[in-house]
Amino acid sequence: MAGAAGPGAGPGAAGGDGDDSLYPIAVLIDELRNEDVQLRLNSIKKLSTIALALGVERTRTELLPFLTDTIYDEDEVLLALAEQLGNFTGLVGGPDFAHCLLPPLESLATVEETVVRDKAVESLRQISQEHTPVALEAHFVPLVKRLASGDWFTSRTSACGLFSVCYPRASNAVKAEIRQHFRSLCSDDTPMVRRAAASKLGEFAKVLELDSVKTEIVPLFTNLASDEQDSVRLLAVEACVSIAQLLSQDDLEALVMPTLRQAAEDKSWRVRYMVADKFSEVKCIGISGIENLKGICPADFLLDTTINLSILGLELVSDTNQHVKSALASVIMGLSTILGKENTIEHLLPLFLAQLKDECPEVRLNIISNLDCVNEVIGIRQLSQSLLPAIVELAEDAKWRVRLAIIEYMPLLAGQLGVEFFDEKLNSLCMAWLVDHVYAIREAATNNLMKLVQKFGTEWAQNTIVPRVLVMANDPNYLHRMTTLFCINALSEACGKEITTKQMLPIVLKMAGDQVANVRFNVAKSLQKIGPILDTNALQGEVKPVLQKLGQDEDMDVKYFAQEAISVVAQRLRKLDFPVKDSEEPSIPGVDKNLFLRPRVPGENTGKAQRGRAAPVASKEAVDAAPLRGTNAAKGPHVNTRDTLAQLETAELMHFPQSRE
Amino acid sequence: MSSAPTTPPSVDKVDGFSRKSVRKARQKRSQSSSQFRSQGKPIELTPLPLLKDVPTSEQPELFLKKLQQCCVIFDFMDTLSDLKMKEYKRSTLNELVDYITISRGCLTEQTYPEVVRMVSCNIFRTLPPSDSNEFDPEEDEPTLEASWPHLQLIYEFFIRFLESQEFQPSIAKKYIDQKFVLQLLELFDSEDPRERDYLKTVLHRIYGKFLGLRAFIRKQINNIFLRFVYETEHFNGVAELLEILGSIINGFALPLKAEHKQFLVKVLIPLHTVRSLSLFHAQLAYCIVQFLEKDPSLTEPVIRGLMKFWPKTCSQKEVMFLGELEEILDVIEPSQFVKIQEPLFKQIAKCVSSPHFQVAERALYYWNNEYIMSLIEENSNVILPIMFSSLYRISKEHWNPAIVALVYNVLKAFMEMNSTMFDELTATYKSDRQREKKKEKEREELWKKLEDLELKRGLRRDGIIPT
Repeated sequence: MAGAAGPGAGPGAAGGDGDDSLYPIAVLIDELRNEDVQLRLNSIKKLSTIALALGVERTRTELLPFLTDTIYDEDEVLLALAEQLGNFTGLVGGPDFAHCLLPPLESLATVEETVVRDKAVESLRQISQEHTPVALEAHFVPLVKRLASGDWFTSRTSACGLFSVCYPRASNAVKAEIRQHFRSLCSDDTPMVRRAAASKLGEFAKVLELDSVKTEIVPLFTNLASDEQDSVRLLAVEACVSIAQLLSQDDLEALVMPTLRQAAEDKSWRVRYMVADKFSEVKCIGISGIENLKGICPADFLLDTTINLSILGLELVSDTNQHVKSALASVIMGLSTILGKENTIEHLLPLFLAQLKDECPEVRLNIISNLDCVNEVIGIRQLSQSLLPAIVELAEDAKWRVRLAIIEYMPLLAGQLGVEFFDEKLNSLCMAWLVDHVYAIREAATNNLMKLVQKFGTEWAQNTIVPRVLVMANDPNYLHRMTTLFCINALSEACGKEITTKQMLPIVLKMAGDQVANVRFNVAKSLQKIGPILDTNALQGEVKPVLQKLGQDEDMDVKYFAQEAISVVAQRLRKLDFPVKDSEEPSIPGVDKNLFLRPRVPGENTGKAQRGRAAPVASKEAVDAAPLRGTNAAKGPHVNTRDTLAQLETAELMHFPQSRE
Repeated sequence: MSSAPTTPPSVDKVDGFSRKSVRKARQKRSQSSSQFRSQGKPIELTPLPLLKDVPTSEQPELFLKKLQQCCVIFDFMDTLSDLKMKEYKRSTLNELVDYITISRGCLTEQTYPEVVRMVSCNIFRTLPPSDSNEFDPEEDEPTLEASWPHLQLIYEFFIRFLESQEFQPSIAKKYIDQKFVLQLLELFDSEDPRERDYLKTVLHRIYGKFLGLRAFIRKQINNIFLRFVYETEHFNGVAELLEILGSIINGFALPLKAEHKQFLVKVLIPLHTVRSLSLFHAQLAYCIVQFLEKDPSLTEPVIRGLMKFWPKTCSQKEVMFLGELEEILDVIEPSQFVKIQEPLFKQIAKCVSSPHFQVAERALYYWNNEYIMSLIEENSNVILPIMFSSLYRISKEHWNPAIVALVYNVLKAFMEMNSTMFDELTATYKSDRQREKKKEKEREELWKKLEDLELKRGLRRDGIIPT
């Protein structure tokens, strides 16, 4: 087996190694012929090891030719090879020999599988940087030309990605040739190559001289943007962003905008989508260009462009395709900050209003979710009349994810619109969500209430929210009864001791007699949760007896959570028994087991609010509490099966995968 | 404390999980094209007399007028708009279909551009995006074309036009050109299976009648497939296009042109890699077998191609590959079989020992095929050693009793075929396994040494160990 490589052939091999120098190539050859793909893959991944062992000379003269010749393999192996070779310059003797790596990579760049080809091109681009200018023209450019005029489309597609790396360092004569090759690929016979060329158009434009951009790239762009295949046209639109950056405002208007306007009316929705998607990017460039020119240019020029822009926008807003529209909706709000108040009201507001009435919920949602941008510029009041119907409709949308999204914007909207408006129009929506049939919505609604209370204050809570929450404790549906408990958990801290003790606690205690076990153990959890807010009397006289009773419950889970609550409450009572002045606001920062068990909405951060509140207290008490919390936490969350199941059910997780309403 | 269960009375039988939005019976979804239209304005067409009610001499002109009227397109997403006019267009189209089928002499030279224009106006449109982002043709209901009541008649009319005895390709080729075909091919991506079915017939007729377009059509189908395989993995009409190709391949002249062979190796074989293979596998396998029946010398590249793309993780696809392989083996020439038997049976041995019993079962069914059995028997001295260790091991280890039973039958068959070799292999089974293990160990040793070597060199280069 070791006979495969001639003994002592490597002058680079140190004499002391003896037969060792024979190993590498023999091992590799043996491994590369192994039937198991995994083994072949492994040996390719260790190619650098082998090359290192062989030394630079033998890597160049033996390893690389061997690899070039045996390139027929599974794509997986080829991919690994293409990747390895990109980092091989050092292993073949540095930049002077980098061109040795070109032959194997050239064959890899012609392979059918896109992943392999792309990786080969990536490696070639990497290696091109390591070539000296002379080597680049002697070895790399000829390779690009060979690929560009290859028979099969794969080599021509690969060539498209290589022009921009060799162009800047080539001589003028060669530059002209490279441009010529790129031009011909842009009008290639196969759409695959035209797509590749179109996708590299922007990149190539960036390395070209400005004159060439105007005289050569722009015509190519115009051609590609009116290609017979929409897949080509849309890539051209994408390239337009890069091209626009290179041109002056005048040139942009004269050379690119006509094509772009035409693309906005393209018969293919894909192309229009791309225009909408790139809308603000192109426009931002245009606008920032104007900002710079503002001093020199007459003001009406500025207005012209913005009107232009809103015309283009209006066309897209009235597009029949919802993908196009929602793409536009997600970018259009960003424009208001660029345009300033007056222009926004004049040109953008009509667009927003049109979109708020759109039939597709995604479009409306995209507008509402970006409201803060507009709010900074013109204030939300301008929009409130149109906002309301849109909000109400979204709030009742059939898709729960849409409802969830709108709930999350409620605190922001409430803050912008003020208490009165809110009470009048939005409050009932917020309450309706509490009895939604999807758990995630009920949970979000609960958190929403808490945030609203933080915004509008306890008095508002006492008058409007709390009574309506507490009424639900008598609901025949136990899920609604549990919602009362969840609301109490969330609201108690925001509402404070007074409301919690006088209004909430009696209800919670009453619910301890509920006949559904899930409600009872949630009572235990709630008591534990609101315990820190209550005073000793209430804890000792009311909470403890109920918990003790629940501790004897026939249901295992109720018992468990009752006992857990008892121990927490007992600790607190013990502490309160110490000579701490009763007047002092008792505030043990949240020992909140519920947090572990409750499925949390991403982004929700209840813990933070509590910590923020506890920080200034920094009393001896808080310090004492720390080890307590430690031991509790160390015990870890008890996840019992009933509870998790109940949560899966209530969270309607089984509902999620099928919910294609 | 109020510990008595006062709250809800015991009649609490409310199902907490009832939902108000119980899944509505899923509506048949439908969609129309995403073309721009001037909306809002009602469409008015002036009703024309029936063709049969005017004298024969006036019919051609009326026919043209009706064709022009049918270029008007209605919005079918709005089910209430233009109801009368929609109905008028529908009955006109019906009339046109009848007229072109029955009447003689109706296809004058002037009618060709008008017919093509009317058809183009109606059928060529950018297809709408799929409703679900991840449209899975195997799972999801296809979105149906809303304007089908008109569209169907247009297709019907066009097919009658192409099939008419009076139809003259020499005139029509001015209008049915490359651009027309290209747009037609793009429509094959339609999600509506009814539309794809009509398109299949249309394209087939065009391929048959326009010799000048044939190479172009083949090339464009090539492009569609290559894009499907290497770029998007999404195209709804692959099965239909393959079906047409099946009949095209059937008609290839011998010897096969290089272009056709390239199509087989570079396009049809890679089509096997696509995730949604099951949707067009039958048609694909048919095309492949057609090629092999034309030119048996292609067997080796085809089978090697299948080996290269053999599914690694998808058992369902593996079963499809095995099915296709059996179809190929059914028509294989013994001289070709000998060329590929080694890699082939190494793969079959792997399949037979697959823990997925459907894969193992499908592979073992080969032994029920008489022709394959005769090939195996002729070459048992090569095949038996390849298969033996897998079979022997499975007969001891496989979890599924049905597979074990099948394997026993196969072993029995081998025993009867070549008992001397069978005995030898049984006797050396253990020592062979040990040899394999030893080899495995040696390999590991080699790698270890290699790594040591690298380490040493590294150290030496850094001057830590003196040379």
